[in-house]
Amino acid sequence: MFQIRIHGRGGQGVVTAAEVLSIAAFMEGREAQAFPSFGSERMGAPVMAFCRIDDKPIRSREPVSNPDALIVQDPTLLVNAGLFAGISPEGFVLINTERPPKSLELPALANLPGVHVETVAAGEIARRNIGRPVPNLALLGGLIAETGILRLESLKQAIGQKFPGKMGSANAAAAEEAYNVVLGARQPVA
Amino acid sequence: MFHQIEGSLAVAKAVALCRPEVVSCYPITPQTHIVEAVSALVKSGELSPCEFVNVESEFAAMSLLIGASAAGARTYTATSSQGLLFMAEALFNASGLGLPIVMTDGNRAIGAPINIWNDHSDTMSMRDCGWIQLHAESNQEAIDLHIQAYKLAEQLSIPVMVCVDGFILTHAYEKVDLPTQKQVDDFLPPYEPVQVLDVNDPVTIGAMVGPEAYTEVRYLLHHKHTCAIELIEQIGMDFNSQFGRPSGGLITSYRTEGAETVIVALGSVNGTIQETVDELRDDGVKIGSIKITSFRPFPLAALRDALQHAKRVIVVEKYLAPGLGGILASNIRMALRGLNTKVGTIVAGLGGRAILKNSLREAVALAICDELEEPYFLDMNWDLIRGEIDRAGQTRRSGPTAEHVLRALRQSTANPETPLVPVAR
Amino acid sequence: MATDTVKFYQTGTFTVGNRLLDGKLRTIQSLPQRPNSLDSGHRACQGCGEALGARYAVDAAYRASGGKLMVVNATGCLEVFSTPYPESSWQVPWIHSLFGNAPAVASGVAAAMKAKGKPHTRVVAQGGDGGTVDIGFGCLSGMFERNDDVLYICYDNEAYMNTGVQRSGSTPPAARTATTQAVGPHPGNNFRQGKNLPRIAIAHGIPYVATASVADLHDLEAKVTAAMEVHGARYLHIQVPCPLGWGADPSHTIRLARLSIECGLFPVFEARDGAVTSVRKIRNRVAVDEYLKLQKRFAHLFGKNADQEALRSIQAIADNNIAFYNLLEASE
Repeated sequence: MFQIRIHGRGGQGVVTAAEVLSIAAFMEGREAQAFPSFGSERMGAPVMAFCRIDDKPIRSREPVSNPDALIVQDPTLLVNAGLFAGISPEGFVLINTERPPKSLELPALANLPGVHVETVAAGEIARRNIGRPVPNLALLGGLIAETGILRLESLKQAIGQKFPGKMGSANAAAAEEAYNVVLGARQPVA
Repeated sequence: MFHQIEGSLAVAKAVALCRPEVVSCYPITPQTHIVEAVSALVKSGELSPCEFVNVESEFAAMSLLIGASAAGARTYTATSSQGLLFMAEALFNASGLGLPIVMTDGNRAIGAPINIWNDHSDTMSMRDCGWIQLHAESNQEAIDLHIQAYKLAEQLSIPVMVCVDGFILTHAYEKVDLPTQKQVDDFLPPYEPVQVLDVNDPVTIGAMVGPEAYTEVRYLLHHKHTCAIELIEQIGMDFNSQFGRPSGGLITSYRTEGAETVIVALGSVNGTIQETVDELRDDGVKIGSIKITSFRPFPLAALRDALQHAKRVIVVEKYLAPGLGGILASNIRMALRGLNTKVGTIVAGLGGRAILKNSLREAVALAICDELEEPYFLDMNWDLIRGEIDRAGQTRRSGPTAEHVLRALRQSTANPETPLVPVAR
Repeated sequence: MATDTVKFYQTGTFTVGNRLLDGKLRTIQSLPQRPNSLDSGHRACQGCGEALGARYAVDAAYRASGGKLMVVNATGCLEVFSTPYPESSWQVPWIHSLFGNAPAVASGVAAAMKAKGKPHTRVVAQGGDGGTVDIGFGCLSGMFERNDDVLYICYDNEAYMNTGVQRSGSTPPAARTATTQAVGPHPGNNFRQGKNLPRIAIAHGIPYVATASVADLHDLEAKVTAAMEVHGARYLHIQVPCPLGWGADPSHTIRLARLSIECGLFPVFEARDGAVTSVRKIRNRVAVDEYLKLQKRFAHLFGKNADQEALRSIQAIADNNIAFYNLLEASE
């Protein structure tokens, strides 16, 4: 089973991202589960969503406390060290920022040298492709490049199903661009 | 056909396949996506003929269906929590009148304090309203139970509520198999009422009944529940043979062969429980679990049969009856009366608190050593409680409880290392 | 409504026996072949205004719908006295659900008929003032707002009569009830309270609103008939004296209903789509005292310690109604 946890703020499409990821997995014939965890519902409040991918039916309903991959859609959340709690020692982290991974201060990950950290300026990529800096689906492209958990083609199809028409193709393009950025910058896995 | 969709949409599509003719709608989190999806299906003409009525309260929502059902229409609505309570009078009226209304309850906690997250306090508080209460473990089961619910309701002339855990199921995307219209039509013929307002054959419905006959009339409702015990099993089997998957029924056992300890629960937590059972079995613990699908009528005989060899039963329930403790557990104890089985109650998941596999493992370990408190509160913050009792005891005007507890919690979790996702204590 | 001028020399009533009228103008109730939707054998009190009003109203609705009528009844006197288990006086399809939900239940019946392609089957909902003005108000407003195809009839006897005469939102000022007793410095019901449901119904902009009285049964039938010609939400408010609750002689029911109109306390009018379209003029205006003194529920206003101030206030209410609805003939 592969578990993903996505952090962001209300209005950034965190929940949609988890849903689209689950649709992409479904399209590859895999089992997937996606669900949100709301705090108080308002724009700007911290939001988490979870996605589990497996090849057998998924029965667990608890929040993902030990993610294999973690996406941070909003870098202002990085001040909260509890953000990374439970990350798998060989897990993957993808942060939405223009800054390269080495420039980030992530004390919570200091004792987890096996965790791979990548960054991508998903907001900017989104702005260029879809006209608004909503980074959620672009970040999924980055995630796939980083982890190899699904195929890019499946992600693009899932995006197209969730958002028909121009919105879908624009977001798919953003996802592909982020995918290529992360693929190119990916640290070799030790 | 398989889809990866949100639970609410799955339920809406399943209900639409059952061809309801009148749907009433009043929004409340977390069921609202269901009625929104149904409204779109009616508006587009995909679900037709169907009158979709936006009403002014949940009391009106159920009352409208009482009229529609009495007039011979197949009916549907959905609600949760406060909404279910707001229609309480109408719930009793519908079951008392014998109207086969089907309703989804997106299980949600009841205030005060106001809370939008999942637990079973809403449907539990209405456990005696005379409705049949079925609990879904997954979104697939939610789909299947709605289809079975109409068959059950109409055959017995009794209303049925399908309980679907709010957020956990309603807002979860998972793979579901939606049947075809033909499959559902073959399983569910058009509604043929036992009683109906008909200008060609007038009847009076809803008369007052005094001491001379009330007992008998009430017993006949109880009798329907007794008949439902058999019918629920039969409909589950019919569903299996027509749709090709086991679904419904009164209870479902998981790895209970040779189990000394059995965990019993309602609804979605059974998924997490099965994972826990697998892990414990790998560790050599003789443990299994039972999912109860039909809470009302309560399957006394089936449970007794399934649990008769267990030394110990652990009930996980998402409800706390103030002044008593566990209700599911007491109902189960009734099924086991006369036997020496130990029954322990774990109160968990109140107000949406996550039920963690690791916490369950810990609790099971305590139970096996006979060290489980009764009732046992999973992941309870006893510091918070002691602190509040102390604080409030110091002065008469100590202020609102909930707000002070929240403040204390915020202060105690000011530590930035605290995980955002709950972990077992 | 068609009118016919008939000269007659009876005293005091302004009503005319049907035998003096042309066949076309006779009431449905006068016909040997009347529907008897509410049949005899019910247990209403002697002199019950509600039984009288309901009999006329429902038969008129039945006639207007060609016999395709469903009735939804709120809990209350009418429901209780018409269905004493194991009997029922109703010869039409009839359902009683709860106290506060008759409008919603009726909306549901109407929705079912629509879904089943039976637009000619009509729906009447009925209840007392308690079930309409108070506990059923939310559902009623919802039914109005959605313009559901239901005629709602309120039989207003101005208190919760079936439970022993308690104050409702329709109880008039100064009236004694079990919960507004005639004791203390301000005996009886408070002034400056109460809901005017007909005005509230008009404010919802529904197609038809009318008030009617058992003192003018031709008018009552005509209004029901007119209401049934319209589709959408319709409201009829009928004042029905209750001898028991009002402390009046059972033989005075119709007289009281007439005095209530003639003193101006109960305006009789019709309204369509949010505006009053016709009023019934007062023919022989009387002071409110003439009406009030026949009812023991107002006895504390009279006699040794007559409450002139209260009487003046009640007269002022009547005066306001007369002015507002223009209830007097222009010559007065």
